Formats: sequence, C-alpha cells, structure tokens
Amino acid sequence: MGAGTPIRVETRAGQNGPTPATSGAKIEAMHVDFFYGKTQALYDVSLAADTSRVTALIGPSGCGKSTFLRLINRMNDLIPGIRLEGSVLLDGEDIYASSVDVVDLRRRVGMVFQRSNPFPKSIYDNVAYGPRIHGVRDRRTLDGIVESTLERAALWGEVKDRLDSSALALSGGQQQRLCIARALAVEPEVLLMDEPASALDPLATAKIEELIHELKEHYTIIIVTHNMQQAARVSDMTAYFYLGHLIEFGPTVQIFTNPERQETEDYITGRFG
Amino acid sequence: MRRLGSQPIGLFFIALSALAALSVVLILAIILGQIVHEGWGGITWAFLSSAPDKGMRGGGVWPALFGTFALVILMTIAVVPLGVLTAIYLFEYARPDSRLARAVNVAVANLAGVPAIVFGLFGLGFFVNFVGRNIDRLLYGGELAYGQPAILWASLTLALLTLPVVIVTTGEALRAVPMVAREASLALGATKWQTILKVVLPQCTSGILTGAILAVSRGAGEVAPIMFTGAAYFLPSLPTRLNHQFMELGYHIYVLTTQSPNVEETKPILYSTVLVLLLLTFALNAAAIVIRARFRASVRTA
Repeated sequence: MGAGTPIRVETRAGQNGPTPATSGAKIEAMHVDFFYGKTQALYDVSLAADTSRVTALIGPSGCGKSTFLRLINRMNDLIPGIRLEGSVLLDGEDIYASSVDVVDLRRRVGMVFQRSNPFPKSIYDNVAYGPRIHGVRDRRTLDGIVESTLERAALWGEVKDRLDSSALALSGGQQQRLCIARALAVEPEVLLMDEPASALDPLATAKIEELIHELKEHYTIIIVTHNMQQAARVSDMTAYFYLGHLIEFGPTVQIFTNPERQETEDYITGRFG
Repeated sequence: MRRLGSQPIGLFFIALSALAALSVVLILAIILGQIVHEGWGGITWAFLSSAPDKGMRGGGVWPALFGTFALVILMTIAVVPLGVLTAIYLFEYARPDSRLARAVNVAVANLAGVPAIVFGLFGLGFFVNFVGRNIDRLLYGGELAYGQPAILWASLTLALLTLPVVIVTTGEALRAVPMVAREASLALGATKWQTILKVVLPQCTSGILTGAILAVSRGAGEVAPIMFTGAAYFLPSLPTRLNHQFMELGYHIYVLTTQSPNVEETKPILYSTVLVLLLLTFALNAAAIVIRARFRASVRTA
C-alpha cells in the first residue's frame, strides 16, 4: 500500500486532539463533528482519501457513512439546521470556507446515488446536462463529451444507436452506468458513490464494480456500501463506521484479514450488524 | 360481528346515501337536459357569428363569445406566471416555517375564500381607479385611456380570483418531483435556479397545465369580478386594444335575463347563449386535458 499507512483514528471522548498535519491527500477530513439540529451524527472523524485508490465506507445502517460521504460535496447543505465542526479539505483547501463556491465544488466532486436517478430525458440529454449547465453549447463538443464519457462508463456500445431514446427505458444497471457517465461528463476529480449497486442484480453489480476498478486510476473514488464482499473486491482502503465514530481505517486487506479492533472484526465476520 | 347491511338501520342508511348520490346525477341531468333541449335549436352559424340586435331580442352572441375567449386568454397569461413563481418561492426557496411563507400560505387560503363580487369591487377600486387613472395621468396627460373599465383590468381581476388554484396545483406538482431528481442536478454543479428551470419545472408541466385548466374553467363563468371592471352591456365592435371594453357570455346571460324588455321573446336566445357558454367551458377543458395528456406522454417517452 506504500503511502497508504492508516490514518490514526482518534476515538476520543470530547477533547480536541492535535490537528493532524495535512498528508497532501486529495480529500482529507480532519476532526469532523457533524450535527443534524441537536443530534450529533459524526464524532471527530479524520480520514484521508487519495487518487488512484478506492476508499470504501462500511458499517451498519445509521452509522454515519452516508452522512460523511455527503459532506464531501456539501450535499448535506440542503438539509436545514445542520452544523459542522472540524474541516474537510479538497487539495488542501477547506471546502467549508466561506470563499468556496458550492457549485464549483460539486462540479469537482461528482456523485452517484443509491437509486439510479436519470432525468426523464433522452440518454444524450442526460449526459449532456452537466456540460450544458456549465456553458458548453457547441453541438460537436457535446457530441464528443457524450461519446467519450459513455465509453468511459462502459455504456457506449449498448446505447450508441439510441442516444435519443428515453433514459428511463434502460435497464437498472444501464441506468446506473448512465448516471456514472452523467457524473463523469463534468470532469470531476473525485467520485462519491452512495451504495451504487445496492438495487442491482449480481451481473449488473459486477459491471459496476469492474467500472469502478477501471475508473480508479484517474479519480479519487469513495464508495459507501452495505455489501462486505463488495468492499473487499473494489476498495484499496476501508473505513469502518459505527454510531457516528470512525472505528478503524486502513488498507482493505488489513481490515478484512487482521483488523486492529475487536468491533471491526465482529462486524466483518458478521457476528454483529 | 354483524354486517351493517343486515340490520334495518343499516339498510336505511345505505338507501339514504344512494339516494343522495343519485340526486346529484339527476340535478346535473335536469340542468343539462333543459338547456340542451331549449337551446340546441337556436345555435346556428348565424347565431354564433353575429352581434345581438333588436334590443337583445334577436341576433347572436359573437362579440360575447370573442370577448370571453380574449378575457380567458389574457387572464391565463397573467395568472400562470404569477402563480407558478409564487409556488416556486413557497415550495423551493422559502423555509416552510418562515414568517413570509406562513403569511403567503394564509393569504392564498383566504384569497380563495373571498367572494367574487369583492374581487370585482377591488378591481374597480385598485386597477381601474388607482392604477388606470395614474397611468392616464403619467402617460396620457390626464386624458381618459386606462382609467376606465377595460378588458385588461377585468382579466387581471379574474387572474387574482384564480391565483390560489394555480398556486396550489403548482405546489402539489413541485412536491411530487422526487428529491433525488433535484439532488442529481445539484450534484452536477447546477445552481438551484438551473435545477428548478431544467429539471423540476419540466416534470411539473402537466401539473401546471392542470392549474391553468382549473383557473380557466373557474374564470370563464365568473360574472361578478368583471361587471365593474370591463364587461359591457352591448358593444357592436370587438375589443382590439387592452383598454377596450368587451362583451362576455356570462355577463351577457345576466343582461338577457334581467334587462330584456320582453322576457318571453328573449328566452330562446337566452337558452342558446347558456348552452354556448357551457360548450365553451367544456371545450376549453377538453383542449387543456388533451394538451396535458400529450405532455405526460412526451415526458414518459422523452
């Protein structure tokens, strides 16, 4: 794993630990506390994710892994009454600083959702949506973007003859790959995936996982998954969340074969969760 | 436990409720039957295309028909943007518990309960006497142009009356758009406004059209809001400017019923006019429903 030495996890009780030095990772969360109103959802989470590496967030429902994922593109901003303490850095810059343009942040940090959610538009218009809102008007440029991103999402061959038909006519797995293509079309640097295969059959899931494997070379990928085998298959780093705490974070191989903490082992082996 | 239907008291209530339901059908049948029976014969091309004459005892309804169309179209142009923008503010921007949102909600609910005649008086006082006179003073050197009853003021008054319908139906349509659709757009770096314009509103088209349909069918038959604000007793010519007065079918029916020198002589024309108004409202509804169905189909297969 080279530079991927596990970030030390502060399982503190209330005190603010020393700020960890920035590791130069693409995404770095430092001492993040997060609240929905008065309810605290995350406790002092520190975690770094880097390019060419898939980071999996695992843990039982309600453990905060999706909340954490949605911090990274500030999707949680949509919920009233939220509060964040600590900092989340993208390329060393705090994405919660007042100078940050959320719209630009979300262009750089793409997201794929649990349920595939293509717009009720054509396949072409789905992929072209992002570039268009960012000002690309030229038809030939758009054609190029649509083709190359659909190719990167391993969907081009299946849809190239029916780009004008409705995205809703695609199968579930194809829809999810279309959503990945749609996210890639705005050339993000980070790709967040919130249980991207949980609604898909094993074959479609395998395709998504294969795709993740191909994409990781160029993107920082963080994936939330309920599926332990999936985490083991696709990720290089794994973070185990429980009740809002980051219990353990380290190379996937180590987490799955020789976890440092008993709780992690209990969850991985299915004794709990 | 015994079934309600097996008891005498249960049977009695079943019969009573069935009778009530049947009476609704009967009432509609009587209204429509009478009107169609008495009015159908009088509807000829000449009736539809000519102006009233012989002191309302002869001639046709063309000016009133045209005026009704013009009125409803102007009203729709005014009420749909205003209603949709209000609904967007209420449901997309304002926090539901904010003071302004609550004030707007209360206002919408109460606006819907204001009697039509009060809208008419408001239109006269606000649009005609205040807005219109001030336009005249500022733009026409005090000469009478807009400070009098006119189709513009009548349509705006009707727009106020039908505003709650459009706001409520648009709001329901907005709420029906799933959150994931908005999130997908926002996650791509779209602004909130872009998301509303390109993702949310296109999915609301049929809901907005429903609001327009309801507004039109409500507005087309209203007499009280327009009688002080623009409808005329009799005009030989059609309105060609926004500040012209106009004839309108509902108001024309009122005139035929109450102002005729000879009621028996006016009766056939009255029935035919009522039938024309009914057919017009049905036709407007049908047209709007067809448009909505087309939109739904195109959204599904887009």
